[in-house]
Amino acid sequence: MTKAGTGISVAAADPPASTVRLPRRRGMELALIVVAVLLSVFGYCDVGLAGAGGVPPGAAGYGAGLGVLALVAHVAVRLRAPYADPLLLPIAVLLNGLGLVLIYRLDLETPGDRAAPAQLVWSTLGVALFIVVVLLLRDHRLLQRYTYVSVVAALALLTLPILFPAVNGARIWLRIAGFSIQPGEFAKVLLAVFFAAYLAANRSALAYAGRRVWGLRLPTGRVLGPVVAVWLVSVGVLVLERDLGTSLLFFGLFVVLLYIATGRTGWIAVGLLLAVLGAVAVGRLEPHVHSRAEDWLHPFASIEAGQGPSQVAQSLFAFAEGGVLGTGLGLGHSVLIGFAAKSDFILATAGEELGLAGLSAIFLLYALLVERGYRAGLALRDPFGRLLAVGLASLVALQVFVIAGGVTGLIPLTGMAMPFLAQGGSSVVTNWAIVALLIRVSDSARGQYDGRVAP
Amino acid sequence: MTRYIRHAAAFCVLLLAALLVNAARVQVVQAPSYQSNPANRRHDIARYHQPRGDILVGGEPVTGSRNTGEHLRWERTYHDGPMYAPVTGFASQAYGTTLLEDSEDGVLSGTDPVLLPLALWNGFTRARNAGGDVVTTVDRAAQRAAYRGLGARKGAVAAIEPATGRILALVSTPSYDPGLLSGNGAGAARSWRRLNRDADQPMLNRAVRQTYPPGSTFKVVTAAAALDAGVIGDVDAPTRSPAPYRLPGASTRLSNESKGCQDASLRVAFERSCNTVFAKLGVDVGVTGMAATAAGFGFNDGGLRIPFAVSPSTFDTSVDRAQLALSSIGQYNTRATPLQMAMVAAAVANGGQLRPPYLVERTTRPGGGMVAAAGSRPGRRAMQPSTAARLRELMTDVVRRGTGANAAIPGATVGGKTGTAQHGLGNSGTPYAWFVAWAQADRDLEPKVAVAVVVEDASAHRGDITGGGVAAPIAKAVMEAVLAP
Repeated sequence: MTKAGTGISVAAADPPASTVRLPRRRGMELALIVVAVLLSVFGYCDVGLAGAGGVPPGAAGYGAGLGVLALVAHVAVRLRAPYADPLLLPIAVLLNGLGLVLIYRLDLETPGDRAAPAQLVWSTLGVALFIVVVLLLRDHRLLQRYTYVSVVAALALLTLPILFPAVNGARIWLRIAGFSIQPGEFAKVLLAVFFAAYLAANRSALAYAGRRVWGLRLPTGRVLGPVVAVWLVSVGVLVLERDLGTSLLFFGLFVVLLYIATGRTGWIAVGLLLAVLGAVAVGRLEPHVHSRAEDWLHPFASIEAGQGPSQVAQSLFAFAEGGVLGTGLGLGHSVLIGFAAKSDFILATAGEELGLAGLSAIFLLYALLVERGYRAGLALRDPFGRLLAVGLASLVALQVFVIAGGVTGLIPLTGMAMPFLAQGGSSVVTNWAIVALLIRVSDSARGQYDGRVAP
Repeated sequence: MTRYIRHAAAFCVLLLAALLVNAARVQVVQAPSYQSNPANRRHDIARYHQPRGDILVGGEPVTGSRNTGEHLRWERTYHDGPMYAPVTGFASQAYGTTLLEDSEDGVLSGTDPVLLPLALWNGFTRARNAGGDVVTTVDRAAQRAAYRGLGARKGAVAAIEPATGRILALVSTPSYDPGLLSGNGAGAARSWRRLNRDADQPMLNRAVRQTYPPGSTFKVVTAAAALDAGVIGDVDAPTRSPAPYRLPGASTRLSNESKGCQDASLRVAFERSCNTVFAKLGVDVGVTGMAATAAGFGFNDGGLRIPFAVSPSTFDTSVDRAQLALSSIGQYNTRATPLQMAMVAAAVANGGQLRPPYLVERTTRPGGGMVAAAGSRPGRRAMQPSTAARLRELMTDVVRRGTGANAAIPGATVGGKTGTAQHGLGNSGTPYAWFVAWAQADRDLEPKVAVAVVVEDASAHRGDITGGGVAAPIAKAVMEAVLAP
């Protein structure tokens, strides 16, 4: 990330370079997409060979489907975002393809509950949304116009599920005509847009007002208002919908963006303080959250109590079985985790069957995705674009950390979907939207140096 | 703003590092303890993922495996389960393993390192070896004869090949079908509860895990001790033994079931099973000599494994002379497993050499390649060869014209000894009927089989429960089955 700065500062300090046509790297993107699709098809065949002893009959169809989706997305990028970062789309395709492989692999263990076909449909919808965003959104700054529309829509989406019955203890689903939708997932993107726009507009007021207390410059009460409001919404989401992960994600995203916009360590102090207060209060009041913390501190308590292993314990068993090289695709027993093995705990399957090597590779893919987002943020000049790029990337980073840390016992488990990998339509569609926006800002970031006037 | 973005990026790098370090902790550092956690079902899933190796009797498997399609996929099945249960034991997904299924579990389940031709390569590929087979020494015909002979009665049979120690038959009745316990479902749990509650203890392996007072069959040991110690020089010379015999240092008088025991020679006393003569012989030999001879036959040895453990048979060495007299006729604290008494007969038949009994001929890879041959272990001298020769003569007389006539086989020399062991408070229990014997076909150079039979049938009339009446025909059937060409 530091290297990115130097490369761009050279270009910025050297105006004649802008007359040279920048390489667009679409060919590289296409090559990487082919690799990503081939890797996914290979994984799909591997599962079939390990399980049923033959290449699964749908292998060609699966490969063709994924390949066509990736190619159409690539064409859209080539047409409307020619300077976009060439790594973003291949990483998204690879993660989505790998997620489909893992879900298909778990489907073999649960013949009565097949999730891969629906996931493929949702992935198609996600890619369609990606294409729509890339084609229609000509400039990310257009989004600034919809700052308050975004936040109202986000809050509406967040509060909507309260009206619907709880599913598995959490009120985060909408059930309409047989489809389950998690509106909170879409709210993430809208909130990121709102945060970026609001902070870009008000960052001076937030940064340069306030008084010193114990050497920290605390913000004034007037600007503290929105922060408290966001904090209250997060806690409200947590208490009313019992969705620990989403509230943590929103709050973390807001603190990160606030810090980047203002550079005030005071915000981090306030943020941490509020987070600790909220966590302690909710941990006391909510048995659901309290038991999550207990599971984290004592993952094997239920075994010692004679009630069999908890989900976290089963997840740890799965990771432990994987070792360094894994059992091989299709040869693990992560299905023992039971409920949510295909969604929240999908990473345990990757850890068991692909081992520490495969798990690290997946983490690094996410890291690369986040890094490309940050790089675009660093290269952009307008504050909104910078905050939007960094915010979306941070969203992915925080989400990966919260769920991956949860299933590996690093932090208390919070129900959240692993981006692209996990079963869950809303999540896949949202992640494709995030990648689409990242493509758009990265296109602006690189395109502005190509002697073109940004529209 | 650029600086703060870099700070945030550094924070993301920190999160990534935390995830990677933690993943390494779970998957590498903690992995062994997680993998060995008893609640981790992966061990069981791997164990039952493949069919278990088989236990072979006479070249044919008496076990099998059934694909249940469940998570613990393969379940044990048994052919003639009740008949072979004292050999195989059970292999249950819920209740563990017993007997051969337990002691040969490494080979049968495929985990034994000797099955791995390339240990390192297997560790890399995580392949699991197919289960190997266990070839037993059991003789199909002898086992069937013993099982049918016991029928509905409660008892046990152990048969050995004297020259090698190969166990030819091991039967215990009433028995049970070990296949009922193979699974992990409600049916297995029901069977487990029922079998454990059953007053007849069908899961008790009476042939090796139950000790009985051996009664008169122990007189073979006492006679061997007397001959070895030189207390008896000539088997036909009269002994100076009163009848009834007052136990030394006690007022109890010991009497006989049969007549003509006063001053009887060893031959006559053996034939008529004179308690008085043998009680006095035991006292004359002394506790040291008696204990040494008993130990030579295998008494008081807690370490015998065939390869599963055998309950030690006991000869009490801290006894006064009256107790020694009773111990010498197989009462007081003298107790023996049927296998132990078969070993006594085998030692006599094998010229005084006792070969430790064993049940596993060899273990093989699935393809049939040999893994290990258990084979015969070196024998030890239980008595002098001359003593064995004279005891063979005495035992032959018992079958030819004494209490063991029911065991006579045409075309073969058979030696035996009956026993009727009193037990219970004031000898109120139904006596146990014993018969120990060996047999040598006329065409053979050496005895091919030694057998011990015990019948503890509470339902029979007291008069019928005698070694010669109930146990000898069963022994005969087993020996005929072995001798049959």
